[in-house]
Amino acid sequence: MPKVTFNGFGGGTHTVEVPSGTTLMRAATENRVPGIDGDCGGNCACATCHIYVDPDWCARVGARTATEEEMLNCVAERADNSRLACQITLTDALDGLTVKLPEAQH
Amino acid sequence: MKAIKPIEPADTHAAVRARIASLPIAEFNPADPQWFVDDTAGYVFERLRREDPVHRSRSPVPGIDTYWSVTRYKDIMQVDTSHGVFSSEDGITLMDFPPGDEQKLPMFIAMDPPKHDAQRLAVSPIVAPANLNNWQGLIRERTVKVLDGLPRNETFNWVDLVSIELTTYMLATLFDFPLEDRRLLPHWSDMVTANKLTNPDAPEPEVRMAELRKMLQYFSRLWNERINAPPRTDLISMLAHGPATRNMGPAEFMGNLALLIVGGNDTTRNSMTGGLLALHHHPQEMAKLRANPALIDSLVPEIIRWQTPLAYMRRTALSDSVLGGKQIRKGDKLAMWYLSGNRDESAIPDPNQFIVDRERPRQHLSFGFGIHRCVGNRLAELQLKILWEELLRRFEAIEVVGEPTRVRSSFVRGFSHLPVRIPA
Repeated sequence: MPKVTFNGFGGGTHTVEVPSGTTLMRAATENRVPGIDGDCGGNCACATCHIYVDPDWCARVGARTATEEEMLNCVAERADNSRLACQITLTDALDGLTVKLPEAQH
Repeated sequence: MKAIKPIEPADTHAAVRARIASLPIAEFNPADPQWFVDDTAGYVFERLRREDPVHRSRSPVPGIDTYWSVTRYKDIMQVDTSHGVFSSEDGITLMDFPPGDEQKLPMFIAMDPPKHDAQRLAVSPIVAPANLNNWQGLIRERTVKVLDGLPRNETFNWVDLVSIELTTYMLATLFDFPLEDRRLLPHWSDMVTANKLTNPDAPEPEVRMAELRKMLQYFSRLWNERINAPPRTDLISMLAHGPATRNMGPAEFMGNLALLIVGGNDTTRNSMTGGLLALHHHPQEMAKLRANPALIDSLVPEIIRWQTPLAYMRRTALSDSVLGGKQIRKGDKLAMWYLSGNRDESAIPDPNQFIVDRERPRQHLSFGFGIHRCVGNRLAELQLKILWEELLRRFEAIEVVGEPTRVRSSFVRGFSHLPVRIPA
């Protein structure tokens, strides 16, 4: 059961533990972590699950998908460590992952 | 709300529904605007979703002709997210114009990457979260002013005095457009969407183009002012200074203006009217909302789903593919009927119920999905949220006292008139 920590934009931290194989988006929405909408239900089609991966974790989390790369054009304040949480699947290798939330989803 | 007998679609539409059930499905042409004037398109889509969810349709209108109607949520999602297969370059409405016809306006919603992405990025910061916070106070101030000025104890047109007034103020602010001339914006918006071929009351194409040239002239003056001044945070200044947009030709400038004006005007306007009408038809939902105004957060996306102010978006196939078991050929055009997908019970529980505390209200298709997803969606939601906060705070009753008049269009699903009375 990997654990993941969401750091809110204006402070506030949520740590949740989810079964391996859960996407980071679902880890947030199914545990009522505020700040992640996931309007399209995980189809990489709305960019409302934008997060910033802690720089220490970027290499382990891996690269963006091609669709994700395009959808990230829809977000505000895109950065090098911007990802869409629906495209990250949590496994034991990502146990302890920390991500930061944007000011709001666009 | 005062107990005026709600219009029961089941009573008034039963005959239409029976007739639609008896028609040969091969003849279905959902783009016929009459379905939208009568508000009976829902029955057409109900049958298509069940019997022929990806339907080959034919319109008698030259320029529309043959097209596919995509009616199920999951197929719409597939088309909307496959922009490499289903292109926007030939336009977002079903009407085709001969090559080079000036009526076809270039605009970023009708472009594919990479040009689409660059132009969209030029304007999207204006509706980014940080800016929305800045707009909030101004939107509330205007909303309060408009609502406090409404007539009491007399019937007025909600569309004109509330919906058009509020969205026009907003749009004028986004453009930093002279407020005294703000009513030119909905006028031009109507001109952009006017189509003589599907609406006999629409102006002739020459008249339409003459009005749009006036729009271009007016905005060119604003552009020239802004380009010679330091960059500011209004849409014209952003376009004039943005690297991807500052060298646009007149046609492209006109096209992108048309997009921003229609996008910011015809959509939220009709959700402002449609929301009131929906709550009028569902008094128990209004009661829930009055008892718990915090439900406005889920009311707003539910209104946007219910109304679906843009009934469809068009795509054109760049290659052969199979969709919902149908062979789509390169060059075929498709209408993704968001209005139908938003009533698809395989994706949305109880889709024909208007539910202010719906479990997952944000999963609707009204903003589209994929790279063309509505850029102003959060601003639209903010305007509706503030409107409903101020309405609930102010008025104990808002009476819908007659039938709405709907616009003759299968693209913009909207209203021109809704008689309303607010008791003193």
